[in-house]
Formats: sequence, structure tokens, C-alpha cells
Amino acid sequence: MDNLVEAKALTKHFGSFEAVRGIDVEVRRGEAFGFLGPNGAGKSSTMRMISCVSGRTGGELKVLGMDPGTEGPKIRARLGVVPQLDNLDTELTVRQNLQIYGRYFGMSRQKCREKAVELLEFAQLSDRGDHEVEPLSGGMKRRLTIARSLVNDPELLLLDEPTTGLDPQARHLLWDRLFRLKQDGVTLIITTHYMDEAEQLCDRLVVMDGGRIAAEGSPSELINRYSTREVLELRFQPGAEKPDLERFAERVEVLPDRLLLYTKDGEATLQRVHEHGVQPVQSLVRRSSLEDVFLRLTGRTLVD
Amino acid sequence: METLRASWFGFEKTWTWYRRNWRATAVSSFLTPVLFLLALGLGFGSQVQSTALIGGVPYLQYLAPALVVVTAVQGATFESTFPVMSQFMWQKSFVAMVATPITPAQVLYSQTMWIGSQLLLRSVVFVGVAAALGAAAGPGILLAIPVATLAGLAFSAPLVAYSATLDKPDAFNNIFRFVLMPMTLFTGAFFPVSQLPDWLVPLVWLTPAWHGIELARGATFGTLDLLPALGHVVYLGALVGVGIALGVKFFHRRLAV
Repeated sequence: MDNLVEAKALTKHFGSFEAVRGIDVEVRRGEAFGFLGPNGAGKSSTMRMISCVSGRTGGELKVLGMDPGTEGPKIRARLGVVPQLDNLDTELTVRQNLQIYGRYFGMSRQKCREKAVELLEFAQLSDRGDHEVEPLSGGMKRRLTIARSLVNDPELLLLDEPTTGLDPQARHLLWDRLFRLKQDGVTLIITTHYMDEAEQLCDRLVVMDGGRIAAEGSPSELINRYSTREVLELRFQPGAEKPDLERFAERVEVLPDRLLLYTKDGEATLQRVHEHGVQPVQSLVRRSSLEDVFLRLTGRTLVD
Repeated sequence: METLRASWFGFEKTWTWYRRNWRATAVSSFLTPVLFLLALGLGFGSQVQSTALIGGVPYLQYLAPALVVVTAVQGATFESTFPVMSQFMWQKSFVAMVATPITPAQVLYSQTMWIGSQLLLRSVVFVGVAAALGAAAGPGILLAIPVATLAGLAFSAPLVAYSATLDKPDAFNNIFRFVLMPMTLFTGAFFPVSQLPDWLVPLVWLTPAWHGIELARGATFGTLDLLPALGHVVYLGALVGVGIALGVKFFHRRLAV
């Protein structure tokens, strides 16, 4: 069995609201798979269906080859879940959080004690083992939540917005831990609205918008398919009328505060724009990113 | 079997928490009976003339078995409101549990087990304190322990189910004021229900506290007939059953989304 997750025409409704409107997804063993999209795109609803907590409204779903509707507990025994909001037991110690969670999977107390030691080290929290959870920093709590999700040695790890709200240093530390897991052969599914996170972590991803999949591929494939190699960003005085620069680039996106010129060679384009007498307040040449892919596909930015 | 095992793990979690925090609750569960028995039994009771209506026994002894039940019902109310809501909304421990093989129904069972164990503990402490203060009329008061636990659960189970439907705690204060308070004062613990206006009595019959008090007092003074006793137990058991059935439904609705 090479696909750990197979979804066909999967839908999820909450009353009359259609959170997921028929998506097809396959997640292969050993890969890091991403759901990229803005808040409300249906990522979390999809994740909750895959984690066998929430039932599907329609379509087909197989996780680890089984039907979540009938074999939820059996599937969940082999999953690790990192929820969007930490739900640690803040009045217990760091170590107790890990041990108790192990018990939920039916592990012996002895095994839970051993596992806790190992996971404390993985989460770089060994010196905090006997502290209460409440005073820990956001990054530490997040690492503990991830460590907790590994207590049952899951084949498939689901991470819902793993680094939302963390500072850059904490994010990099976390990414480093996730890389290690990937190298150990754990299959990862990640939702995020950070394009850099998706680019860093995901082998393959789908871009979601409004409950549907807008595109699918590896980060570089998506960038090649939907964007140019480089992007020239021009910033103008607030309120100033933005010049029409369509003829200098393959495509121009007009954002409230700047223009994005999609082009093969950003520096050359900038020069031509200058020669034309256009004087932006600020200019920046950069590589295309998934943000540009998203903008192209939906006409909106990911994080507003 | 699997369900019992899974529910036990949930129970263990709260037990781990309790081992760290038991001092705070122990003080209240020990102090409550002492204060009540001192103030109402010994203090107020010293001014009360025993009558045939209360069986001619000293007021302190009349009060004690009923207070075991009332205390359990009070404890049940607190355990079934804020802690339940917190585990859905603030601590989110229930949410964390259902990401594991544990099901929403098993989460409910583990919570019910926990509350039951707390009620049992409180009742044991209360009867112990009552015996030490000379408030126990006889060994029959030992039966007040399981009776109070059952009566507490009979109120707890439906309340836990109700708490699982709430998004904010405002309703809890109304339950404390308009349900718990009258149920404490007017269900026969402090004076016989026959002193109440007739129209109120059927309402009293609905409360788990009244059934518990009838059972506990009857067992203590050996005045219990089999048939009424059976009726009380069946009624309390039915409340527990209905409460758990509703709880399973609401826990599932809340957690499996």
C-alpha cells in the first residue's frame, strides 16, 4: 500500500456551509504533503476528516487503507495529530503530558516512561521535564505538542498550522525537527498559510481555495507552471496613481500598496521601467514564490 | 472491555492531575462537612426540639445522613459544570483525547467515572467526620455513602450532558442559584417535606436529592421499606442512565466535528 491517504470527491458540510467541496487527494508513503491556502479554505476541515475525528459528508476517504467512518479508533492508533491550537494539559508537567498521552494509546506505564524520556530529548525539553506546562514559551509548547503526537510512533503525522504564531527562530527550530522526522520515514501532512513553510517542508502540495483544490504539484512545479522566474515589486507613494506597466512584463498584479511585475529578468525590467521615467519609492527583485502562485490562481494574497 | 480500558485511561489523566492538586479540594471536602455539622447540627440543632415528625431523634443525627447526600449533590454540580466546559473549551483535554483511539463516548464514561469517584470520596469523608462528631445514629449511616454517590451521579449525568452543549458558562450561575440552592434547602434535609405547601411536593419528588435523602435517612434509622427503597434506587438509576445516554450524544456532537 503506497498511498496512506486517498480521497475522492471528498466533501464536508456544516449545515448549509460547504467547507470542503469535492477534493481528490493522494498522499504517498514517506512524503511531506501540504495543504496551502488562506484561512477558511477548508484545510482544517480536511485535516479533521483525515485524522478520523470528523465524519465526511460525501465522497470517498481511505486512511491507511481503512475507512475512517467504521475503523476510526484503529486508524487513529497509528496517526499522530498536532492540532492548530495547543491542547496540552497545562496543569500537568511536561513529562506527565507525554506519559498520559501514551496511556491513551494503551501503552504500558513502563513504556510511557521510556518514551517520554526519548521525546523530551527530541523536543529539546529534557531540562524542563518536571516543570508545569503553563509557563513554557509558545515555541516550547508547540514542540511539546509535536513530541506528544509522536508518542505512538505514528506512520502518518498530521500538522495543522504547526508554526502559526511563532517567532522566526522558534519556527526554524520546529522545521528542523520536522525534517528529522521526514528523514526517519514518517509521512507528514501539513496545512499552512505560510508559503515559505510550504516551500521548506513540502515535497508536494495542493493549493486550496474556497473548499476546492486550485492546483497540485511540487513547489517548484507550481512556480514554473503559474509564475515567472522573477518578480519585480514596485512600491509607490500611498494614494499615488500607479502607472500602467503591462507592456514591460508578462503579467502585472496590482496590490493596494504595490505593483508586481512578473518577468524572466527582474533587473532588466527594472532598468526599462526607470528608462521610461517611472520613479517608484522602492523596488525589489526576487524569485517567484508560492505566494505568487496563489495570487495568480485566486487573485488574492495568502496572508492579509 | 475495550471501552472500559479506554475510559480508565481518561480517568488516569484526571487522577494524575488530582495527585498534584488534591490539597485544595481536600480542604473543601473535609471542611464542608465539619462546618455544616458544627453550625447546623450542633449549633442550630441545640435550639431545635426534636418532634415525632423527625422520628424523635436529636436534630444533629436527623441531619447527618441527609447532609451526606446534599453535599454529594453540591459536589456533583461543581464537578459537572466548569471542569467539563473547560475540557471542551479552555484546557481542551477532551479534544486532545479524541485524536487518539479514545472515542467521544469513552471520554464521557471516563469523566463520569471520575465524578463518581470524587462523590464516593467526599461521602466517605463526610460519614467519617459525622461519626467523629457523634452525628451518626448507627452503622446504617454507612449506606449513605453509596446512596449519596448515586444521588450525586443522578444529578451529575444529565448536567454533564447539558454542559457539553454550552459555549459560555453564564447558565451555570443560574443552575447554582435556581436549581442547586432550592434543591439543597427544600428537599427534606433540614425539615420534613410534609411541612412544604402541597403544590410544591411533586416538584420535590423530581429532584435526585429528595430520593437520596429518603434512602440515606431511612437506611440510617432502619425505617426503610423495600418497595419505596427500590423505587428511589430505580428513579436515581434511570436519571444516571438517561444522563449518560444524552451525554454520549452531546459529547459526540461536540467532539466529532
